Amino acid sequence: MIKIINAVLAVLAGVGGAMVLYFVLNFAVERLPGKWEYRIKPYVFIGPALLVIGVFLIYPAVQTLVYSFANDDSTEFVGLQNYTELLASEAFRRTLLNTLLWIIIVPAVVVVMGMAVAVLADRLGARSEKTTKTIIFLPMAISGVGAAAIWGFIYATRPDTQDQIGLLNAIVVGLGFDPVAWLQIDTAKLNSLLLMVIMIWTQVGFAMVLLSAAIKSVPEETLEAARIDGATEVQTFFRVIVPQIWATVITVFITVLIGVMKVFDIVYTTTNGNFNTNVIAVQFFNELFTNGNNGYAGAIVIMLMIAIIPVMAYQVRHFKKQEAA
Amino acid sequence: MTTQSPALGTTGTEAGPAQPESTPEGRRATPPKLARGQANWAVKIFLAVLCLLWLLPTIGLLVTSFREPDAANSTGWWTVLAAPFSNWSVENYRQVLLEEDFGLAFLNSFVITIPATIIPILFAAFAAYAFTFMKFFGRDFLFILIVGLLVVPNQVALVPLLQLYAQADLVGTFAAVWLAHTGFGMPLAIFILRGYMQTLPRSIIESASVDGASHFTTFWRLIVPMSVPALAAFAIFQFLWVWNDLLIALLFLGAGDNIAVTVRLAGLIGSAGQGWQLLTAGAFITISVPLLVFIALQRYFVRGLTSGSVKG
Repeated sequence: MIKIINAVLAVLAGVGGAMVLYFVLNFAVERLPGKWEYRIKPYVFIGPALLVIGVFLIYPAVQTLVYSFANDDSTEFVGLQNYTELLASEAFRRTLLNTLLWIIIVPAVVVVMGMAVAVLADRLGARSEKTTKTIIFLPMAISGVGAAAIWGFIYATRPDTQDQIGLLNAIVVGLGFDPVAWLQIDTAKLNSLLLMVIMIWTQVGFAMVLLSAAIKSVPEETLEAARIDGATEVQTFFRVIVPQIWATVITVFITVLIGVMKVFDIVYTTTNGNFNTNVIAVQFFNELFTNGNNGYAGAIVIMLMIAIIPVMAYQVRHFKKQEAA
Repeated sequence: MTTQSPALGTTGTEAGPAQPESTPEGRRATPPKLARGQANWAVKIFLAVLCLLWLLPTIGLLVTSFREPDAANSTGWWTVLAAPFSNWSVENYRQVLLEEDFGLAFLNSFVITIPATIIPILFAAFAAYAFTFMKFFGRDFLFILIVGLLVVPNQVALVPLLQLYAQADLVGTFAAVWLAHTGFGMPLAIFILRGYMQTLPRSIIESASVDGASHFTTFWRLIVPMSVPALAAFAIFQFLWVWNDLLIALLFLGAGDNIAVTVRLAGLIGSAGQGWQLLTAGAFITISVPLLVFIALQRYFVRGLTSGSVKG
């Protein structure tokens, strides 16, 4: 009970404190003489937001860059040594390769599957469409940790003397084979692929929702025109619909791509990067937390940041174009 | 979401000018686009199988969570299909909530998530108002900066923040995660809210200012009530994101008194050898809150996701 009261108090203090901040600032600025009030006020409105962005994103990002050139406890500069050591290490190169596979496979599969469901469900009756979409969309609300727990019951392995409690192995054993330790087999990247399945499971719904809305906004006349010209359904889809929703396809792709580059929970909770399934964010966490190596951790995220810069440039350019329009 | 990101691993990176009424539901008023009701049996079977595959893992979890410990540890959850009405138990839930401290973690997650959702919205709404309706030096530059920051991974900030918190003695406190989530969520929040506010009619703001209303009054009395759809969309987004987050809770709160439910669950997965059934009850408790929020508010959420980005 006391815990619940404490919890409520903590929530109220946090939210109330933030509110009071604005009232005090506004009260103060309204006391300023005429012109100054209007000069200062915009900065009062954006001030707290800019402050948190500065303190929690920009300052630490710059600091991380600095740390990436320093030793493990950030006491001495070592130049590019963290980067060269990491890139020379077999383990980190495997991490990079795994992350690259995630980047190549997951966004593409998510977009294609999301598109397929969006297009096909559109042909069902209104009620079945809604049910189908809700079912596919639902896993998006589930955390990476929750998803890992759920899929644990698919991939679980027991010795062949016991009954299998994992669905996949139950099928394998039922077919007369030996049980397989799914997440420990890195032949043909099997375990990484199985972890990707979990991520795909959580993301297809997101792609489906955006793509479905885009498809529904394609003007009917363009479809009619194509049909009158004798185009098949498939031709209409690829030549008429896809070009018109291309911007949405790119948006979905980029959003999933960014999520995949940072993927952490799923790998951390299932294998913790063992059995050759490591990815950048997990290795970052382990360098920082387990090994206490700020230099390596910094260098890893800076490399991640460099990989994201092209996306950022695209984003900014796209935004400027949109604003100008 | 997962991840997400955002989401859930996802960040609605291109939620441009929001259009309140252009939801999928809204469009359905127009004639069906493709071939409504014309699915052949192959399409129907394909979708039915896909839905089954999509649901199956979660059903397995749900069923196992209500099985008796011995049964859950020795046979697969599908074996209940042979005798569907026997041996159900809520023992796992009792045990996980009382003996495994899940109850505390569950409560903590609310304490983490509610302020970490409201504070960024408050900050971002003020900032979005200024970006939309006020003129000031550096406005365009600052906004471009925010657009650029949309895709910056949180990880880039974690090492220095951990040190900053250590110096300020904030490690393990709720304030540490509230502030971190406020900072990390800010670019997306400002971006979404400004996009929406730009679609509001300017004449209303102008007439309010002629009537002598200050910006502060206009903001609270006019803009906030008019922006509810966008505020709600971002609120759901941020709520799911913070509740589902593992990394930040793990780093800044860890396993102390203020442990988050995701961290607790990750701990259970790590030691799952002896207690599958506890893991399932814990997992179901963890995912129940975002699932409920999601199902109840799906419309707002979808609206938030699709606004603007559909136009591209």
